[in-house]
Amino acid sequence: MVSNQLARQLKAEILRGEVEITVINESDTHVYQPLFLYMAFDQAVPEDAHRPEKSVLSRHVKLVVGNAERVEREKSVVLMSDGQEIPYDYLVIATGSRPAPESIPGLVEGGHIFYTEESALKLRDALLSFKGGRLVVTVAVPHKCPVAPLEFTLMAQDWLNARGLGEKSQVVYTYPIGRLHSLEPVANWANEVFPARNIETHTFFNVENVDPEEKTITSMEGETLSYDLLVAIPPHMGQDVIHRSELGDAGNWIPTNRHSLQMDGADNIYVLGDATNLPISKAGSTAHFEADVVAANLINRIRGGRGSARYDGKVFCFIETGHDQATYIKFDYEHPPKPQAPSEMIHLYKLAFNKMYWLSAAGVL
Amino acid sequence: MSAAKVVDARGSFCPGPLMELIRGIRQEPIGTVFEVWSSDRGSAKDIPEWVKKAGHELVENKEEDGIYKIQVRKVK
Ligand SMILES: Cc1cc2nc3c(=O)[nH]c(=O)nc-3n(C[C@H](O)[C@H](O)[C@H](O)COP(=O)(O)OP(=O)(O)OC[C@H]3O[C@@H](n4cnc5c(N)ncnc54)[C@H](O)[C@@H]3O)c2cc1C
Repeated sequence: MVSNQLARQLKAEILRGEVEITVINESDTHVYQPLFLYMAFDQAVPEDAHRPEKSVLSRHVKLVVGNAERVEREKSVVLMSDGQEIPYDYLVIATGSRPAPESIPGLVEGGHIFYTEESALKLRDALLSFKGGRLVVTVAVPHKCPVAPLEFTLMAQDWLNARGLGEKSQVVYTYPIGRLHSLEPVANWANEVFPARNIETHTFFNVENVDPEEKTITSMEGETLSYDLLVAIPPHMGQDVIHRSELGDAGNWIPTNRHSLQMDGADNIYVLGDATNLPISKAGSTAHFEADVVAANLINRIRGGRGSARYDGKVFCFIETGHDQATYIKFDYEHPPKPQAPSEMIHLYKLAFNKMYWLSAAGVL
Repeated sequence: MSAAKVVDARGSFCPGPLMELIRGIRQEPIGTVFEVWSSDRGSAKDIPEWVKKAGHELVENKEEDGIYKIQVRKVK
């Protein structure tokens, strides 16, 4: 998004050869991650989530497909695994985050996740052969897309009912803090909906280990639950390239100024999306609003300005509530979220957004 | 005291100050002292509540100019 906005607004400079924009991505395929949720229920297939990276990038942007090994700040270059060096005057880091199931002993062997394409497809097959029993959804910290766990839980209950397994199953949901969701209006809403749909809940539950033999999970708080099918939203980490470049904290999150989105102590490095250490939702919409600020500041600075546009912490999320309804929530650093009644309209809009995403990535929306 | 790791969770509605603390506890070594900054009054209550449940140590719980500052030591 950033590079497409830059390419559009700096077209004259690019054509005169004064500005060059390069995007580095390890794959030539752009993947729309929210569809992993639907893939787990066999309601989407990988092809739906894939587009060639080139097709979402302006033709004025240079695409380098390959693995970034390290950012070398002293030389102002990104060193690629193949030895190529890509110099920069300004660097935008948007490397995202990755689920780290290996950080919970026993989870890889004993449970499922759906936060990568491969794992969502594995879970799809496990769900298809599930004969009923305890389906436990456990949520760990930190994770991206703070609403997907809730959506998964409600969709799982609907899915079991639709397959006639509702009576034979118990859906269980655990959450790290003392309520069902970090956003208070969402938690209040879930407080009514979960019991009404017979979903068992456990709060203050931070999974510490999984026993694949006994089929149990135990929390940091000392509670143990049994499961027949375990679906975890595991703790996430920033990418390894951040670690190799020594730019992050112990979780590979990059210390970032909450308003300017500059990396702490670096004037010409901007960070956005999941990669930051900011205390805001790791969501596509966060990256979207941050991208607007970063693009505006880069354009301004390249043209001699000071780049003083500020990010206000804005986040917007759609929430699937099951029964073909959805709701949404928005907030920023200063304004808490307000509840909105779920409706079929919003559900349809969310489905439409899954398609419109490509316009957003292209910097059009 | 001055070695406390500041977790600046002011204005954080999601994930929120407690989840930010838990992130720190997951990734930093035993013995680390965190100082969570929160603009939410609720943190002064729910952070100590979790700290007790999870068996960590509450070092300090104070308010300065509308910011709640809660220090926690990771003990296990
Ligand atoms: C199941 C699921 C559902 C979700 N649902 C929603 C939703 O409904 N709404 C919402 O707002 N968000 C949702 N999200 C979250 C959203 O997908 C992410 O927050 C968003 O993609 C973050 O954008 P980003 O640009 O920071 O990182 P990413 O989109 O992850 O992009 C990072 C890019 O960096 C590249 N990269 C990383 N390391 C290297 C390297 N060393 N070399 C080269 N390239 C590298 C990767 O290939 C990738 O293309 C969901 C996520 C999941 C998993």
